[in-house]
Amino acid sequence: MSMGGKELVLITPDGRRLDGRRPDEIREIKIKVGILENADGSAYVEQGHTKVYAAVYGPREVHPRHLALPNRAVIRCRYHMTPFSVEERKSPAPTRREIELSKVIREALTPAIIVEQFPSSAIDVFIEVINADGSTRCASIIAASVALASAGIPMRDLVAACSIGKINGVLVLDVTDIEDKYGEVDMPFAMMPNRNEITLFQLDGVLTLEEIEKAISMTTKACKEIYERQKSALKEKYIELRKAIEEGGKA
Amino acid sequence: MMPKLKKQQIMDLLSSGRRIDGRGLEDLRPVEIRCRSVKNAEGSAEVRLGKTLAIAGVKTSVGTPFADAPDMGVMIVNAEFLPIASPTFEPGPPDENAIELARVIDRGLRRAEMIDLKQLCIVPGKAVWEVWIDIHALNHDGNLMDASALAAVTAILTAEIPKAVVSEKGEVTINKSERQKLPIKSIPITVTVAKIGDKLVVDPSLDEEEVSDSFLTATFVGDNVYAVQKRGEKGLTVEETMRALQIARQKARELLKIVKEVVGSGQD
Repeated sequence: MSMGGKELVLITPDGRRLDGRRPDEIREIKIKVGILENADGSAYVEQGHTKVYAAVYGPREVHPRHLALPNRAVIRCRYHMTPFSVEERKSPAPTRREIELSKVIREALTPAIIVEQFPSSAIDVFIEVINADGSTRCASIIAASVALASAGIPMRDLVAACSIGKINGVLVLDVTDIEDKYGEVDMPFAMMPNRNEITLFQLDGVLTLEEIEKAISMTTKACKEIYERQKSALKEKYIELRKAIEEGGKA
Repeated sequence: MMPKLKKQQIMDLLSSGRRIDGRGLEDLRPVEIRCRSVKNAEGSAEVRLGKTLAIAGVKTSVGTPFADAPDMGVMIVNAEFLPIASPTFEPGPPDENAIELARVIDRGLRRAEMIDLKQLCIVPGKAVWEVWIDIHALNHDGNLMDASALAAVTAILTAEIPKAVVSEKGEVTINKSERQKLPIKSIPITVTVAKIGDKLVVDPSLDEEEVSDSFLTATFVGDNVYAVQKRGEKGLTVEETMRALQIARQKARELLKIVKEVVGSGQD
């Protein structure tokens, strides 16, 4: 692969990636819970240079009213990238890509939410990507599912997510922007780890069925790792809250 | 909303391996393809899957290439779910379902390099062919995805575009009296499998779509997968996912045969 005359080596023969990771290694992940005070639940997720905020408002009244469902809550989701989150400024108006991603992220989260408990109401999930370096929809799902849990919304499980790519024939976890652009495959993936159910599965690139099976088993392992981080981030928040209450401060 | 009784009926039948319209779980509805019916389009196809009807048209124009791909033609896929097709469709710009459908079909065509965009360069950095693939739903009885993908692929295969002539000064003119086929590298085929309860069915009808838990759409060239999209509000197990991909691969072979027959025979 050449870029601007210089040879771009996405993965070395001994399996090191541009940022030094091994194929089955995910980026350092940072999850913070409850950082947007106005929201009923919120989270911030950082994976390398991919940084996203997620906020949950609800359950609340549905506007416009005719969208309400008599037997369950409607889940609405907006995935949005800030204009400065990418190399070339992006118009703040929603693109076709953002509309599609909002839909697949909503469908990745909905199976985890016990929507039957909130008839005629809405749960709104807002996601802002503030810096994009690959796998933003997966980071968004990680953040949004933690935000939903921190809003106290009853859930069957958390949703964990991790993308997988292929460079020089090697399957690699948690792809960065450059690996996505110049690699052969991008396969975003999300699941409920405790229930072993896939809730997001997209593929853009060529794989055999055998490779897909292998990719799923690799990313399942990564999702379980991320799942643990999501749970501990939530626990940390509640330990912090309890401390504040015990000290008589405002929670 | 689907009446509970109908859902029960669909589920009961499925548990004994049958479907509400009499099909087996892995049977497609009858496929009918009519191509080249739109005289003013460079390529066109109407596809019927049972009562679902979608039409795709290919138009071309000369435009400028993208800065990061100066020697590549441009392909644009758009889909419209118009009110003509269903009492539930409303006029207006494409909604998330139409956008998703167009983008899934676009990914399949692009990854399979169905159209060799390199050959659609006229003057590098200056002029390239733009290929517009417009898909319109005409009657929605379920699985617009596969009907639309099939219509797009057939329309591309039947397309004949005018010839671009470059003068010595570098000006591009179009010679409409001379026509040529689009440069084709492969034929991607898209198949959708729906999950209803614990059953997987291929090519879901509208009744079935309304009670489906989730869908898996996959695009194949030969035995390899080029695009996948899981849709719907419930999850899939790994086993269900792999099984759905296997079923889709089998059905893609059947559909490829039909496409080849229709296009090859030159029958209009």
